[in-house]
Amino acid sequence: MSRSLRAELVKLVRRPAAWLLLAITLALSLIFTYLFPYAGAAGGADGPNTDRALPAMFPDHLVGNSLGGLPVFLGAILLILGVLTVGGEYGWGTWKTVLTQGPTRLEVYAGKLLALALAALAVVLAVFAVGAVAAALIASAEGQPVRWPSAGDLVVGVGAGWLIATMWAMLGAVLAVALRAVALPVGLGLVWMLAVQNLLAAIAAPLVDWVATAQRGLPGPNAGALAAALGAPGDTPGVAATVGGGQAAVVVSAYLVGFAVVGAALLRRRDIG
Amino acid sequence: MNLPVRTEGLTKRYGGLTAVRNLDLTVRAGEVYGFLGPNGAGKTTTLRMLLGLIRPSAGTVRLLGRTPGAGRLTGVGALIEGPAFYPYLSGRDNLRVLARYAGVGADRVAAVLDLVDLADRAGDRYAGYSLGMKQRLGVAAALLKDPRLLILDEPTNGLDPAGMADMRTLIRRLGAAGSTVLVSSHLLGEVEQVCDRVGVIARGELVAEGSVDELRGAAGLRVLADPPEQAVARARELVGADRVRVVDGGLELTIAPERAAWLNAELVGAGLAVRELRPRERDLEQIFFDLVERGTADVA
Repeated sequence: MSRSLRAELVKLVRRPAAWLLLAITLALSLIFTYLFPYAGAAGGADGPNTDRALPAMFPDHLVGNSLGGLPVFLGAILLILGVLTVGGEYGWGTWKTVLTQGPTRLEVYAGKLLALALAALAVVLAVFAVGAVAAALIASAEGQPVRWPSAGDLVVGVGAGWLIATMWAMLGAVLAVALRAVALPVGLGLVWMLAVQNLLAAIAAPLVDWVATAQRGLPGPNAGALAAALGAPGDTPGVAATVGGGQAAVVVSAYLVGFAVVGAALLRRRDIG
Repeated sequence: MNLPVRTEGLTKRYGGLTAVRNLDLTVRAGEVYGFLGPNGAGKTTTLRMLLGLIRPSAGTVRLLGRTPGAGRLTGVGALIEGPAFYPYLSGRDNLRVLARYAGVGADRVAAVLDLVDLADRAGDRYAGYSLGMKQRLGVAAALLKDPRLLILDEPTNGLDPAGMADMRTLIRRLGAAGSTVLVSSHLLGEVEQVCDRVGVIARGELVAEGSVDELRGAAGLRVLADPPEQAVARARELVGADRVRVVDGGLELTIAPERAAWLNAELVGAGLAVRELRPRERDLEQIFFDLVERGTADVA
């Protein structure tokens, strides 16, 4: 499997789309977590996010601010990365090229999932790093002392972010295997993450009790609850403490494993067209 | 005997459609075997089943003596249904990635690029390759493991005449070096020029198998002589009744073509007017179409 992992890492690192997604992730994180809120706070604007005051952008809030985007919009980008990593083999017809070199399907798939997990870690670390720079600059600009979260909080925050990011990447991977394509899994995945989840939370859950209950078992709300438990701002889309942080971590982990296992089972069973 | 390729009762059904039916295929060690059939006959489906890309509905496959499972493709190289690579990588980097999967060294990448005459363009992105270059890269990938069994599906697709000639030379060279090559094609001339044995598949069934000469049938002579009835009688006296057939108003004699001068002298000596006397050679194309259209193995 280490051979497959090395091959997958080469493909991922050399793929321009992967770097583009990373750049978009960092840009979105920077703009919506720091740039707009800072511009608004500095300008004294009133609005729905006025609780995002200047102190919330200082380095001691780094963990929560870095996790805030992962339940929805940064998660969507990780989902796209998962689809591209697995679905690209269907789109280019390269499954046959790879498999005729000798590795088993599960070896290749495991290599892909491990590569995705490493990529998710890299994305989360990059989000933390960019956030740290932005927070330090804001604190300095405001003449405030730069106080960082404890090392323990940072490790837990990075770990939680990695868990959420990897889960979304695994969802992208299993969708790609299930639909044996790229475009449709990306489309359906984004519809789920950006539209259906929000509709359920904003419209259905307040009206129907069982939807509100069922929501507590879905991946998005649990990712949002995990981020909320670690300090993500409550006004961020998808972030809400619907369940406790411990339960959310368990549910997100279960989805991660479930997506990986279902994808592997489908890939192993089906013909390679 | 440890056959490089052996299938027994290999069958693939898609719902109500049977793509491959009860196929018994054997490829012997060191031979170049042509798998011949029209488009849609079931060639690629068969090769995909050999390589484990699709699962048979029934029957068994053994490659290099191994049953399906992990490590089954050790010593096997393949190019199936056209080349497919990562467009954002160069040809060389594509092979390097595949070499990692295969567990072979980077030196092998350079060797196979030389072998398919692609070293000069190996640094270019695959997306910019011509169809012929892509095809050669596909063959290079198939050769990465220095395979004992090479399975090539329509390897000359997209190649210009010079490229096709190079491919035939490469296949012959591999065969001469002791590799076993299974090459599928719908091009009769290609198969005729490079293959030791041929299997013909039509509508998912193997309708004939043998050497090209065996498929053509026994050597003989075709004779047109007047009067025809006397010519038939005299020919039967000369070579035996079982060696003479009347076909399209002429005689077909199953005897060595080198005996043409003797036969001519005998017929003329018997007072017959010989209008035509030539070696009988069944055209492979005609045999192929007979097999495919009738689905029979009447090739002798």
